[in-house]
Amino acid sequence: MTNTPLTTQGAGRTGDKVFSGAALAAGCLILAVLFGVALFLVVQALPALVAPPDKIQGGHGFFAYIGPIVVGTLIAAVIALVIATPIAIGVALFISHFAPRRLASGLGYVVDLLAAIPSVVYGAWGAAFLAKEIAPAYEWMASNLGWLPIFQGPASATGKTILTAGIVLSVMVLPIITSISREIFLQTPKLHEEAALALGATRWEMIRMAVFPFARPGVISAVMLGLGRALGETMAVALVLSSGALTASLIQSGNQTIAAEIALNFPEASGLKVNTLIAAGLVLFVITLGVNMVARWIITKHKEFSGAN
Amino acid sequence: MTATAPVARKRSAFTKGQLPKAAPYVILAAALVVGAAVMALIGFNPFGWGIVSAILFTIGLVSLTGITEGARKAKDKLATCLVVGSFLIALLPLVSVIWTVLSSGIPGLLTPGFLTTSMNGVTGTFDNKSVEEGTKVLGGVYHALMGTLQITLVATIISVPVGLLTAVYLVEYGNDRALARAITFFVDVMTGIPSIVAGLFSAAFFFALVGPGTKTGAVAAVALSVLMIPVVVRSSEEMLKIVPNELREAAYALGVRKWRTILKVVIPTAISGIASGVTLAIARVIGETAPILVTAGFATTINNNVFGGWMASLPTFIYTQILNPTSPSNPEPSAQRAWGAALVLIILVMLLNLVARLVARVFAPKTGR
Repeated sequence: MTNTPLTTQGAGRTGDKVFSGAALAAGCLILAVLFGVALFLVVQALPALVAPPDKIQGGHGFFAYIGPIVVGTLIAAVIALVIATPIAIGVALFISHFAPRRLASGLGYVVDLLAAIPSVVYGAWGAAFLAKEIAPAYEWMASNLGWLPIFQGPASATGKTILTAGIVLSVMVLPIITSISREIFLQTPKLHEEAALALGATRWEMIRMAVFPFARPGVISAVMLGLGRALGETMAVALVLSSGALTASLIQSGNQTIAAEIALNFPEASGLKVNTLIAAGLVLFVITLGVNMVARWIITKHKEFSGAN
Repeated sequence: MTATAPVARKRSAFTKGQLPKAAPYVILAAALVVGAAVMALIGFNPFGWGIVSAILFTIGLVSLTGITEGARKAKDKLATCLVVGSFLIALLPLVSVIWTVLSSGIPGLLTPGFLTTSMNGVTGTFDNKSVEEGTKVLGGVYHALMGTLQITLVATIISVPVGLLTAVYLVEYGNDRALARAITFFVDVMTGIPSIVAGLFSAAFFFALVGPGTKTGAVAAVALSVLMIPVVVRSSEEMLKIVPNELREAAYALGVRKWRTILKVVIPTAISGIASGVTLAIARVIGETAPILVTAGFATTINNNVFGGWMASLPTFIYTQILNPTSPSNPEPSAQRAWGAALVLIILVMLLNLVARLVARVFAPKTGR
């Protein structure tokens, strides 16, 4: 066959191969990075996991060291979600179904601003402003609700408690839950909503009958993504909480989270301590990975919420 | 009173048994007055006044609606009040944070030399002196600002090609294969990696590769790109997906190779969205503290070498100035520097967000027919 311009096997085909190869390599690199995260954490964590118990901080082995911190992490995350979830759903409903149509997108942008503020600024705000303002409320809780173990006194005078940290965390997860829930609420089939209204339902009844049943799986996964963020958030806790041993009371100083423990100790750590902290990071990675995978799995199972991810 | 009676008689059957339109405003005014009275009894503050008035307003409106319009309407009003209330509550921290940063940060930012000097040689003695004698607070954020810009730049240089090429693979070559689906899933999962774990990964990687205790700007940049890549992939993927298929088909029909089609047709069409997505990703990672804390250490001097030595950054500067003040006995100058740096950081992030919006608008493809 003669080489006409049309059949010339020139740079074009090579370019095609190079380009698709590069694209494929980039995709595989991402999988490799995620795998590498797990691999390198395991490799560097291994010395701490196999070390004799008395060499680990606390002297009772790695799991005695990490146990209370995991519980502290869960406490902080649960506080954050208990506060943030109802408010976030309310805000999402306000933007999707209550606010005047013309204002809605602007208001959504305002809530997104909450996500734009760096976490260290939230931490500084929580430590310098919120803790001081909220300390009197803790005094009141200790004297009036002190019979509940979680509000047992004496309340921290500085306000630097796990409850304050949880409140700061709730502010940080609020925009995540809000933006995903808002997308899902907006995708409710218009006909369902109009049918409910045509039958004489009030707006709230329409939301309960048409919007919530449709949006439930999406909202659950939004909350789980918020949980993943709350579990891994470092600065809010590191700056706000004056940490200590595990206690049930939320208004005393005490408790610690994994992320904050790493941030506070890693810069000065050396030797086995580094491995211990990396092992703690591995535990955090596994927990958040599990939470996120379940959340993503719920979203993909309900493909119709394509706007949710 | 006689003047209102005929009006009431004239109300149509449709609006009978309903609260008049002005009722919410009247109740709001009453709630504000009663709230002020209650607060006057227990000690006035505007925050408590707002809360008490909001609760009184809700109770008043719901019970009045319940009496005149029935339980279903009352429930609807209650839900409306709660939804609006939750939005107002969500605004509180935003306003409070911005107010705190502005009011505490402006004195720091306006100190001469704040943006042009580093913390090199600034010790507790100078801080004590500035508190005792009222001289100006020495030291600034120049080194941290430079560090942040360099680390973020390197992270961007790593993330953008990888992220963009992955997005191209997913949209143009993936065809919903198992590999493409796996990448999509794990990119989503990667979005949820805690930032400190990304930092630990990068630290562990370089500890194993270079030697224990390796802390440089490049290590931090790798940590940040782990956080940045999934954001770039997601936003570029969305943007490439909405490029109309007709454009690709037109290019193929002219005999253009696939890679040239992608480079010359698909990406230019989507470039505004991609650029704004990248800018937003930069805005996201520029404020990350934890990964830099464990990978770049703290420095008080200017370090322009990303590959050697500890490096400061704005977030870690804020963190250390608050947690370990330069002068432990007089933390005020450190706090002033920290808030000044926080203000600089927020301005940077907001600028990036603004740039992203502008880019999306200005470079948007002309779609008019």
